[in-house]
Amino acid sequence: MRVSRTTAEHVIEVERLHVHAGASHILRGVDLTVRAGEAVTLLGANGSGKSTLVKALVGVAAPSQGTVRVLGARLGTDRVPWERVGYVPQRAGARTGVPSTAAEVVASGLLSGRRWWLPRGWRTRVRDALDQVGLADRTESAMHVLSGGQQQRVLIARALVRDPDVLVLDEPVAGVDHPSQEAFAASVRRLVERGVTVLVVLHELGELDEIVSRAVVLRHGLVVHDGAPPRPRADHDAAAHRHLHPHDDEARRPAPLTQNPVNGSTEEVVS
Amino acid sequence: MNLLSELGWMLTDPFMQRALLAALLVGAGAPVVGTYLVQRRLSLLGDGIGHIALTGVALGWLIGAALGVAPEAFAVPGAVVAAVAGALAIELVRRRGRTSGDLALAIMFYGGIAGGVLLIGLAGGSNGNLMQYLFGSISTVSGTDLALTVVLSAVILLVGIGLRAALFSVSHDEEFAVASGLPVWLLNAMVAVVSALTVTVAMRVVGLLLVSALMIVPVAVAQQLTHSFARTMGTASVVGVVVCVTGLTITYFQDVSPGATIVVLAIAVYAVAAAVRPLVARRGPATDPHPDLPDDVELPPGARARTDQEVCT
Ligand SMILES: Nc1ncnc2c1ncn2[C@@H]1O[C@H](COP(=O)(O)OP(=O)(O)OP(=O)(O)O)[C@@H](O)[C@H]1O
Ligand SMILES: [Mg+2]
Repeated sequence: MRVSRTTAEHVIEVERLHVHAGASHILRGVDLTVRAGEAVTLLGANGSGKSTLVKALVGVAAPSQGTVRVLGARLGTDRVPWERVGYVPQRAGARTGVPSTAAEVVASGLLSGRRWWLPRGWRTRVRDALDQVGLADRTESAMHVLSGGQQQRVLIARALVRDPDVLVLDEPVAGVDHPSQEAFAASVRRLVERGVTVLVVLHELGELDEIVSRAVVLRHGLVVHDGAPPRPRADHDAAAHRHLHPHDDEARRPAPLTQNPVNGSTEEVVS
Repeated sequence: MNLLSELGWMLTDPFMQRALLAALLVGAGAPVVGTYLVQRRLSLLGDGIGHIALTGVALGWLIGAALGVAPEAFAVPGAVVAAVAGALAIELVRRRGRTSGDLALAIMFYGGIAGGVLLIGLAGGSNGNLMQYLFGSISTVSGTDLALTVVLSAVILLVGIGLRAALFSVSHDEEFAVASGLPVWLLNAMVAVVSALTVTVAMRVVGLLLVSALMIVPVAVAQQLTHSFARTMGTASVVGVVVCVTGLTITYFQDVSPGATIVVLAIAVYAVAAAVRPLVARRGPATDPHPDLPDDVELPPGARARTDQEVCT
C-alpha cells in the first residue's frame, strides 16, 4: 500500500510554464493540473508543444519560467520520487552502437535515483512487463530487429515494469496495430482501476476513448481547451464499437493506420 | 614438449610475470569501457584521450626535471591527470552541444601531440623519450607500475561492471535516464573518467597510439557474435584477455613490438569472426518472424481466412 498516493491529491501541477529552446518560445504559460486517479489526454496539432510539456513534466526539458510539481515535489528543488513515474517517450532514441535485447531495455526501467542496480527477481518483472504488451516471446530479441510498433511496445513495457503510480505517455500507440492498441487500452484500464494516474498524448482517442476522463488541448504552446474529451461521432462511443473494420467515413477521415490523422479533432473541440 | 617447457620457463621470469598480469588486467578492463564508448558512438574518444595523455606525460617529465628527480617518475601521474581533464572536457563539450564532439576530438588530437612534443623539448628530453609511451613498454613494467595498474584496473572493472545497469541506461537513452531520476551528469562523468584511466593503464601495454584499438576491436568482435549488451561486454572482455596474453607470449619468443602484436591479433580475430558469422547465422532454424495476430483491416471474404482474435477479448 502506498499511502502517499492519497496525500498528493494533485499528482501533476503545472503553473504558468514557459519553455524556450534557443530563440523559439515553445510553451507560453501552460497551466495543467492532474488529480490522483484521473486519466487525462493531451491533444493538439503537430508542433503544438505536447512533447515539450511532457518532457518538462519528467525533467527532461528545463522550464525557463513557471513551476512543475510531480507527486507534490517541485522539480529542480525537491527530490521527486521518479521511481513512481513511468515515462514513454514519443519515439525510440537513435540506434546506439551496441545492440541490446528487449529485456535489457525494459530492465533499465527498474532503475531510479535511489536504485542504481537491478533488484532481485528483475528477470521475472521484466518478463511480466513484456507479457503485458504481448511480447513475452521476444525478450531475447535485439531491439533493432523488432518492428517499429514492437519497439514502441517495448518502451511501454519499460514504463510499466517499475509498477508506477503515474504514467506519462507520449503517443504510446503511434504505429501500433489495432489488436495491440486494444491490449494496451486494456492494460491502461486495469491500471486506472487500480488508481494509477495517467497523462497520455494522443492524436486520436481510439481505443482509449472510454478510459480517458478529460482532455487538454494545446495550440501554439497554450492550453485552448480543458474539459470533456471530444466525441468524434455519436456512434463511436458505443461499447460494442471495436474498430476492427475500416470506418464508413473513410473518405472524410483516413483510417488510423498511420499515426497522424489529427486535423479535425482540435477544431471540433474549440469551435 | 619443448614449447611447454619454454612456456614454463617464461612464467618463472619475474619481468614476464608482471607483464602478463598487467596484460591480463588491461585486456579484461579496456573492452568493458570500450563497450560504453561504442554504444555512445564515441569510438574515437580513446584516441583523443591518448593524445592528451601524451601532453600529460611530457608535463610530468617537465615537472620531474624541474624538481631534479628522475624525469620518468611523474610521467604516468601526469598522464592520468591530463587524460582525466581531457575526458571531462570532451564530456562538457558534448553536454553543451556547441561544438560538435567530433570537432572537439580533432582539436584534442592535434593539441595533444603538439603539446607533448613542445613540452618534452622544454624538459630537455627528446621525442625518443616519448616513444615508449606512444608504442608501449610492457617488458619494463616495474613493481610500482604494476601496483598502480592493479589499483586503476580494479577501479575500472568495479565501475564498468558494477554500475553496468545504470551506465547502460544513460548510454542507451539519456532522456529516459533523466526521467528515471538517475544522476546522468555524474554517470557520464564516470564513463569519461574511467575511459581516461583505461587509457593511462593500457598505455604501458600497447602504447597511446594503439590504446583505443584495445578498447574498440574486441567489442567489434563480440558484436559479430551476439545481440545482447551484457553478452557483448562479456565476450569483448574475454577476447581482450586472450589477445593480450597471447600477444605478449608471442613477443617473449619473437622480438616484435607487444602492442602491435596484440592489436594485429585482435584485428585477425575480428576478421575471422566476421567471416564465420554468415555461416553460423544461416544455420539457425528457419522461423516465421511474423507474430500470430489478426489483421488490422477486415479483408474481403475469400482473400484470407485466419483471423483468430484472441487479443481483444
Ligand atoms: N530542442 C528544440 N529546439 C528548437 N525547437 C524545438 C525544440 N524542441 C521542439 N521544438 C519546437 O517546438 C514545437 C513543439 O514541439 P513538440 O515536439 O512539443 O510538438 P508536439 O506537439 O509534440 O508535436 P507532434 O504531434 O509532432 O509530436 C515545434 O515547433 C518544434 O519545432
Ligand atoms: Mg510530440
